[in-house]
Amino acid sequence: MRRAFSFSISTALMSEAADPSGRAAPPMVPRIAHVRRRRHDAPDAWTLELEMSDGAPLRYAPGQFNMLTAFGVGEVAISMSGDPASGPLVHTIRAVGPVSHALTRLGAGQLVGVRGPFGVGWPMAQAAGKDVLLVAGGLGLAPLRPAIYRLLGERARFGKVTLLFGARRPEDIIFRHEVESWRGRFDIDVEVTVDHAGADWRGHVGVVTGLISRHEIDPAATVAMVCGPEVMMRFVAMALVDKGLAEDAMYLSMERNMKCAIGHCGHCQLGPTFICRDGPVFTFARLKPLLSVKEL
Amino acid sequence: MENLERILSEHPFFADLDKSFLSLACGCARNAHFEGGRFIFHEGGAADNFYLLRQGRVALQISAPGRGANTFLTLEPGEVFGVNWLVPPYRWSYDARTLESARVIAMDAHCLRNKCEADHDLGYDIMKRLMPILIERLHATRLQFLDLYGAHV
Ligand SMILES: Cc1cc2nc3c(=O)[nH]c(=O)nc-3n(C[C@H](O)[C@H](O)[C@H](O)COP(=O)(O)OP(=O)(O)OC[C@H]3O[C@@H](n4cnc5c(N)ncnc54)[C@H](O)[C@@H]3O)c2cc1C
Ligand code: FES
Repeated sequence: MRRAFSFSISTALMSEAADPSGRAAPPMVPRIAHVRRRRHDAPDAWTLELEMSDGAPLRYAPGQFNMLTAFGVGEVAISMSGDPASGPLVHTIRAVGPVSHALTRLGAGQLVGVRGPFGVGWPMAQAAGKDVLLVAGGLGLAPLRPAIYRLLGERARFGKVTLLFGARRPEDIIFRHEVESWRGRFDIDVEVTVDHAGADWRGHVGVVTGLISRHEIDPAATVAMVCGPEVMMRFVAMALVDKGLAEDAMYLSMERNMKCAIGHCGHCQLGPTFICRDGPVFTFARLKPLLSVKEL
Repeated sequence: MENLERILSEHPFFADLDKSFLSLACGCARNAHFEGGRFIFHEGGAADNFYLLRQGRVALQISAPGRGANTFLTLEPGEVFGVNWLVPPYRWSYDARTLESARVIAMDAHCLRNKCEADHDLGYDIMKRLMPILIERLHATRLQFLDLYGAHV
């Protein structure tokens, strides 16, 4: 934890807030979890299965995130990537800097701090009765995976479900076996494309927006959920607009540097919006004016 | 010929093309079939055809020393390839290889260029159909070049 910051926050931040597990948890105090399992998912990404040390499960909605502490190093925002209905708490992390590197090096039995769940997740209720188009880029599949579990778990509540997934190279495809098993199902259409491939790759090559232009959608009956790097999401949103999808029918998950995750510190502010509290999932209608401002 | 004209008119690239243009273009077209895993053309060769993909999938590839063949785009039915037919020196700048058995319409490039030259209205119409595809591919290449999904973006 960043000590100076911990001591300077107002006592209001330490006050009790109800969490969805039914327990009252102080939002700035991490609970302790231990690593049950660590799996290597891509050259620079690992998935951690965590178990809360107090035994009380941490319930969350698809698209929400936790603040994870690598003790002695720092705390970062990481989305849940597991099944919200069952199983352990799962996070998939790309090692980019000190905290994420430390987290991805944790082995079975080691401790990690967990604050959360935070934020507004994917619009599962609005998607009921509609076709759902999921567009993921790279590690962006991780925050969408809980939504996929929910869609498949309650399949009858939704119309056509499609996942369009773009990765850098074949070896960067995360959750590879699972993506293959989804491809084999009759109740979800899955298309994968990579930006670069050797001659032995039999699948699509080209950017993910190419999959969108080939894909038929019913704009009036579709809700889109998009997650990936910001540039990718911008172009995906434009490709969906070209397909006739309304800007308030597409939802994007935003990333910004986070500290408090409860709307107090202002670190994650994007114009008038706090990503941690009002998001990370927003409609494109709401994000569009902010995404075009380069300095934000 | 009539059959070929119908096939041509059903391909998205020629959708809604003026009937007289379609007949003109059809004079340069022939059906072709390639088994899976076959090269349709090689980098450096003369760009003597323009291809409209009807069935199967085609990979566009560039080979780099020590790194073998790299696929930069795969194409589906309804798409076109071999756009080098349009601009001098009329040479392929990549390889095209079938990923699976493919049916194409091959349009004789020399014939098509002559017809576009003789009838600028036809030439302009074909240009308007090609330009968005070229721009989209240029844009896609830029995004690929940005390497969007890496940790450094
Ligand atoms: C709501 C939310 C959900 C998130 N979910 C996930 C998740 O599920 N999995 C995950 O791996 N990350 C996720 N992130 C991103 C994660 O919080 C950052 O990668 C993390 O803060 C990096 O911290 P660090 O100390 O390791 O690196 P830093 O020291 O903060 O950064 C090191 C270097 O990496 C770059 N960098 C930072 N973040 C990213 C990034 N996201 N992508 C690429 N480069 C980056 C920095 O610009 C810097 O150059 C999420 C972020 C938010 C806000
Ligand atoms: S992280 Fe503090 S306001 Fe969002």
